[in-house]
Amino acid sequence: MAVFSGSDLTCLRGERLVFGKLSFAANPGDAIMLRGRNGAGKSSLLRLMAGLLVPRSGQITWNDDPIHSDRIAHHARLQYLGHQDAIKPVLSVRDNLHLWGQLRGVDDIDREIDTALHALDIHHLSRTAGRYLSSGQKRRTALARILIGHADLWLLDEPTVGLDRESSNELAQLIADFRAKGGIVIYSTHIDLAVKEPTLLDLDEFAIPMIEWLKDHDAPADDGIRSDPKRAAQ
Amino acid sequence: MNGFTAILRRDLQLAMRQGADSVMVVAFFIVTTTLFPFGVGPEANILARIASGVIWVSALLAAMLSLERVFQTDYEDGTLELLTLSPVSLEIVVLGKVVAHWLTTGLPLIVAAPLMAVMLNMDTDGFVVLMIAMLLGTPALSLIGAIGAALILGARRGGVLVSLLVLPLYIPILIFGAGAVEAALLGMSATAQLQIMGAILLLALAATPFATAHALRQAME
Repeated sequence: MAVFSGSDLTCLRGERLVFGKLSFAANPGDAIMLRGRNGAGKSSLLRLMAGLLVPRSGQITWNDDPIHSDRIAHHARLQYLGHQDAIKPVLSVRDNLHLWGQLRGVDDIDREIDTALHALDIHHLSRTAGRYLSSGQKRRTALARILIGHADLWLLDEPTVGLDRESSNELAQLIADFRAKGGIVIYSTHIDLAVKEPTLLDLDEFAIPMIEWLKDHDAPADDGIRSDPKRAAQ
Repeated sequence: MNGFTAILRRDLQLAMRQGADSVMVVAFFIVTTTLFPFGVGPEANILARIASGVIWVSALLAAMLSLERVFQTDYEDGTLELLTLSPVSLEIVVLGKVVAHWLTTGLPLIVAAPLMAVMLNMDTDGFVVLMIAMLLGTPALSLIGAIGAALILGARRGGVLVSLLVLPLYIPILIFGAGAVEAALLGMSATAQLQIMGAILLLALAATPFATAHALRQAME
């Protein structure tokens, strides 16, 4: 049984079925690359994996425990990089990162921040306020955040957005190092990121029409989606 | 506890750097209170009679003014998403943010209140009770208000919506807050009112972080 896995996942956003019957499995050292057209549900899947969203059906487990049974433990093992960089314009890069170190209960925060900033080549900016950073520098600061503290799982949503070619290569190197230490990386990207042998997960394969999904799932009669035939037909 | 202090420290740091919020809340409080003598006329007795009510109503409105921003900026820049995903329970995060909100808005109001009481010709007998009542009441305002602030995330015109959601919930605090001062002015004991305010505060402290955290999780979906 894989360490991190999901089975029969269905994601419903509003009245739209994003994907259905999706399964994945990952073991330490694995990388999964999510592909799919816009709106195929790459971000939704990453948010499901992080526990921000709850799947309509199916379940995600870590060592056979559903991730929703112990949220805090799941949050402690994962690092998530979303579309937004979460950088406060009035705080310096170091102060911005400090909070995340504290929340993860890191002992020697300053040393870890230094290491992370060196790894992303932005150590010279550590005293610069967030509002003076370029978008690429903001992205690197956000990437530095995921290096602080211990983690077993990286969920990266379009990590290369705003990065130049050189920093993309640095990111690929960071991912390789993390995998070598036994970490699991799941990421979505539009450009090629030099990650060694990722497992491909093409979300377009799991796009199923709503009507088909409803046939398989006998939703209770009081379910608004089912009881309204016009909606279901859309 | 570590998470609580981390959030509290960061929010205070942010408030110091971009500081206008506290000043604005106090300024709003002073301006609103000042409007009443213009409206009801400069008759000293009438002002003394309505002073406690006016101060409380102005304080409620001022506290509400800043609510919209408690979670809004964190929501917009993605910080809230990461706070939700941090290995600290969201209720603790909420509590940290609420305490920071109270320190930057509620506390300055308590300092400004006696000045307004002097302006409205309130009898000095009521001052101590007014301060104690506000000390008990304003944290409850922040705690209850946070639910509204979390519920409006993602809504347009959140500021108006938050008033509609939260103001009705503030009524008990207004009644007992003004009542306590009234009792003291009449030479009676205000203990009963203050005890009820303490009870409201404790209840809010115990219950609202869960409601707020739940609303935040909803907003993240």
